[in-house]
Amino acid sequence: MLRGAAAALHAALAGADDDAGDLRRALRRSRRREQLRAAALVLPLFLFLAACFVVPIGAMLSRGVIDTDITRILPAVTAALKNWDGRDLPAESAYAALIADIRTAREAGTLASAATRLNYDVPGFRTLLFSAGRQLPAELNGSARDALIGIDPKWGERETWAAIRRAGGPATDFYLLGALDLRRDADGSVVGGPSEQRVFRDVLGRTLWISAMVTLMCVILGYPVAYVISAQPPGRAGVLLFLVLLPFWTSLLVRTVAWVVLLQKEGVLNSLFLSLGIVNEPLKMIFNRFAVYVAMVHVLLPFMVLPLYSVMRSIPPSYVRAASSLGARPFTAFWRVYMPQTLPGIGAGCLMVFIQALGYYITPALVGGADDQMISYFIAFYASRTVNWGMAAALSIMLLTATLALYAVYNRLIGVERMRLG
Amino acid sequence: MNIVGADARQMARLNGREPIVRFVGIGKTYDGVTRVVDELHLDVERGEFLTLLGPSGSGKTTTLMLLAGFETPTAGEILLEGKPLSRVPPYQRHIGMVFQNYALFPHMSVDENIAFPLSVRGVPAADIAKRVERALDMVQLGGFGRRRPAQLSGGQQQRVAVARALVFEPKLILMDEPLGALDKQLREQMQLEIRRLHQRLGVTMVYVTHDQAEALTMSDRIAVFHRGKIQQLDTPEQMYEYPKNAFVARFIGENNRLDGKLETHADGRCTIRMTAGDTRIDGTLVEPVKNGDVVTVSLRPERVQIRAAGHTLNGHPGCRLAGSLQEIIYLGDHVRARVVLTSGGEFMVKRPISEAHTLPRIGAVVDVFWAPEHCRAFAQES
Repeated sequence: MLRGAAAALHAALAGADDDAGDLRRALRRSRRREQLRAAALVLPLFLFLAACFVVPIGAMLSRGVIDTDITRILPAVTAALKNWDGRDLPAESAYAALIADIRTAREAGTLASAATRLNYDVPGFRTLLFSAGRQLPAELNGSARDALIGIDPKWGERETWAAIRRAGGPATDFYLLGALDLRRDADGSVVGGPSEQRVFRDVLGRTLWISAMVTLMCVILGYPVAYVISAQPPGRAGVLLFLVLLPFWTSLLVRTVAWVVLLQKEGVLNSLFLSLGIVNEPLKMIFNRFAVYVAMVHVLLPFMVLPLYSVMRSIPPSYVRAASSLGARPFTAFWRVYMPQTLPGIGAGCLMVFIQALGYYITPALVGGADDQMISYFIAFYASRTVNWGMAAALSIMLLTATLALYAVYNRLIGVERMRLG
Repeated sequence: MNIVGADARQMARLNGREPIVRFVGIGKTYDGVTRVVDELHLDVERGEFLTLLGPSGSGKTTTLMLLAGFETPTAGEILLEGKPLSRVPPYQRHIGMVFQNYALFPHMSVDENIAFPLSVRGVPAADIAKRVERALDMVQLGGFGRRRPAQLSGGQQQRVAVARALVFEPKLILMDEPLGALDKQLREQMQLEIRRLHQRLGVTMVYVTHDQAEALTMSDRIAVFHRGKIQQLDTPEQMYEYPKNAFVARFIGENNRLDGKLETHADGRCTIRMTAGDTRIDGTLVEPVKNGDVVTVSLRPERVQIRAAGHTLNGHPGCRLAGSLQEIIYLGDHVRARVVLTSGGEFMVKRPISEAHTLPRIGAVVDVFWAPEHCRAFAQES
């Protein structure tokens, strides 16, 4: 009987086990269904982003660090230079390899690409390569080295050969260093570029400075506006917010061109000032930094007002009243009680405005002068004008890095989860 | 129950000291049509606990905000210790205030919150630390100074708000429904705590609430507001036992209300012919009303007795109505009996639990009766 009871108990326990197992399986099944459904809902957007955004941008950015033209076009000399110590001129075999490569490339018609790439690094390399291709005798008598140096003494300089080796890939820091006005010398150590070519540090600094100034002006102009709107009854606040958002219904290009119309020498503002006798000759208000600031602040201001408004709306008036009843003068009440509570809004607004300002292209291009162009202008210049995609990609990497760094700093200081975007 | 406050007031009067606050003909309107506060005259005595009680929209909170300086009167003048307040901004009034949702600054610790009124007054840091600690001890929150308001319970936040309003030693403290967000048990505990603080510190407090039980528990005096006017200003006991008009009678405590017409009156006693049925009852006439006018009769349920019909008790002949007992509700500390009157209408009777077993059975024909002084007749509410 005892044994029977034990068996029954055992069976019951096993049954319980089975039950528990069934339950777990059922739970897993239902969870998996939910996950699949969620995945199915996200999938179209995910595929779209992957195909139209992540992959092309990744491919573009990779051109800033991948460098395979020279290995492809001049394979023999690249291989020969792998073992070159760089202290003396390369061995005779390297010269011979180069001559062979140049001949092959001329026939294949690919020499121009190689010349373009090497010319980025050492100006004049194009001529060097082409004249070598033209002047090399059909049959080489004697040393290949003497033949090349005979065509151009530069073939006797280490720097020429270092440039070929640097371009040998497959990865390169040439463009990235270039974006920071740096280069590698013949020994492979990083040095400053020639002073007449140093522009990108200025451009990067200018980009950051303009963005910072625009952000600051947006805070100064947007904070009071957001405050006034947040203090209105909901109906009127809606109307005022609509007015703030009005610029969004107009294209960026139209708004920028409108500023050209307003600010130019014979523009609306100058005519008005002249007719009122405020000035005697037209003010220069366009194609300079002033115009860039005005137009960018105008375009970006809503991105500051919205998060500020959203945060301010959630601060009950009783805080400032409490501060006032406790003896704080209006400014003290604002500075110590109200303003600190709007910091998440200020942070979010600054982040949005600054990051967008960093990438601004059309506005400075249309209303700014030569010294007001930002980094995007140079990216566009290299991408479409000179088709130096490596450089365009390297500058884009700089821009992306600056943006991500900024985001990280914000996250560290204020916390992205506290960000309020309206 | 309110001996301390009552004595303080008495002493103030004897010393010939003037009230700490005087509202002189104060009016407030937002739209030029509705008078939110209408021709208000009110003296706040030094050291008292005065409650402004009324339904929402009665003008009590506006009156408090006028005193705090967050609203400006459209008529009249408020005097604080004899000096007109209309040109004094809130931050110079030196009045402590506890807000409905406490308004503790969320980005500051408890210590910083309490130190705020001191630091804006330029009190030296060493003094601030000492006074903040004392204030925290006073509200039994010693050791909580480092926390943020969000890390405290509702009751603790409430105490911090009180400590912050007290720490700069204002002569007057205003409280705007400060216990509204707390649950019942905590609210009752805090009522007693605030009252004890008031008695210990002797500071004048003006307290706004819509909860009549809270007003009765805490106050030296209560001002009942309705439509921008003070309907009655009295001690809790007077307010409850001797309401001066139908609104106060209805708003404070429970009531059996009967409508009728005044038939005769003399020396404060009166006879009323009930609207429903052909009955007359006797009562006390509270307001001057002409014979034949409509009146409202109010009877507190706890002042009414109930007996099965044919009982031998000899009450006052005009203080009795017949009906049938419909329901008995047991409430632990007392019982309620619901009676449907023969003349129509319902009547609630409230008896102590000790009488529970003497009540007639449900369905029985009963008499409800009372003493004539507890049957109060008012002019009908307009």
